[in-house]
Amino acid sequence: MLNKTSRWLQGVGQRSIKSVRRLGVGNIFLMHAFIALPSIRKEFPLLIKQLYAVGVLTVQIIAVSGITVGMVLALQGYNTLIDFGAEDSLGQLVALSLVREMGPVLTALLFAGRAGSALTAEIGLMKVTEQLPAMEMMAVDPYKKVIAPRFLAGLISMPLLAAIFSAVGIAGGYLVGVGLLGIDGGAFWSQMTSKVDLYDDVLNGVIKSIIFGLVATWIAIYEGYEANPTTEGVSRATTRTVVHTAFAVLGLDFILTALMFGGE
Amino acid sequence: MDKSRIEIAVGAFVVAGIAALFMLSMKVSNLSGFSERSGYQISVNFENIGGLKVRAPVMMAGVRIGEVAKIELSTETFEAKVVLIIDKKYNQLPKDTSAGIYTSGLLGEQYVSLEPGGEEVSLKQGDVIQLSQSAMVLEQVLGQFIFSKAAGDE
Repeated sequence: MLNKTSRWLQGVGQRSIKSVRRLGVGNIFLMHAFIALPSIRKEFPLLIKQLYAVGVLTVQIIAVSGITVGMVLALQGYNTLIDFGAEDSLGQLVALSLVREMGPVLTALLFAGRAGSALTAEIGLMKVTEQLPAMEMMAVDPYKKVIAPRFLAGLISMPLLAAIFSAVGIAGGYLVGVGLLGIDGGAFWSQMTSKVDLYDDVLNGVIKSIIFGLVATWIAIYEGYEANPTTEGVSRATTRTVVHTAFAVLGLDFILTALMFGGE
Repeated sequence: MDKSRIEIAVGAFVVAGIAALFMLSMKVSNLSGFSERSGYQISVNFENIGGLKVRAPVMMAGVRIGEVAKIELSTETFEAKVVLIIDKKYNQLPKDTSAGIYTSGLLGEQYVSLEPGGEEVSLKQGDVIQLSQSAMVLEQVLGQFIFSKAAGDE
């Protein structure tokens, strides 16, 4: 019995040490990535290539999800608001939900699924095929050639993608609210502009999306860089990227929302 | 895909993203309206402001001319001091303008309504509106109604 307990405790200890170690290694990794960022000026074509892979190829799913989410928000919001005769506030409801919460969070989750997993798999396979050690052998810093362009591309793409998501979503909400449900178009826009604040709502949403972009890209490239160089290792790292990003984004979102909008 | 097409696609993506940000800040938020920098401040004292909140609209004849900037309790008179920001387009409000707090619709939000007076001199930055009418608090009105009804029965 005592033996069993002590073995269980040992397991808990091992796991704790492992996760703290991973966190520490992750932070050192992030620091290296930041240090390597300035060298991007010399490697501009690499950045363009990554912006294409991380940003442009993600636009499609972001736009489709954005318009769908906006349309569904308008439909559901209308059903609730009509009971109070407040259906003119639909624009405000759609815009605030998208700009404050749904835009940054859903974009980050989709980003992890579409771009993050691809980054992990790509870097992980570079490790499996020993491209990273080969670079080091040639005195080429993989942080500058591989990590920094991808990291910066993620940082630039996320806020832009989140903005596209929100804008397309509001357009979708307008389409359903004004086109399908027959709300007055003028009331839709005027209620929205009178209640959405540039600093409180739009800017805080952008700050959120920048932080989520940092976290999502960080997790993706770190998992790839630290993956076990085996077929199974890469597959597990890819799964971890998506799962960890989802946890981190949702948890951070609560904290950020409490800090940004909880004070009133 | 060749290099120039990738560059065009990235360029289009960045432009689309910035255009979306621009739309969110210009079209969706209240930037195109007035802000604290583009107006002048006047203040009003109310006995009771009911549920008035900061950023509530200020209307004259039903037209939005400004918003509530600050609400605080005066420690001398124990009245609510409400600071209003009025769009500088409307800088010719008469000095004896009066203010009241009304509700738009039965359950709508509360707003400050200004009624113009007849004086030649107009309100300037920092002026205080002398005439004010408090918000109607539904419980108070109901209480008075029930009280007067009960008194009338005797």
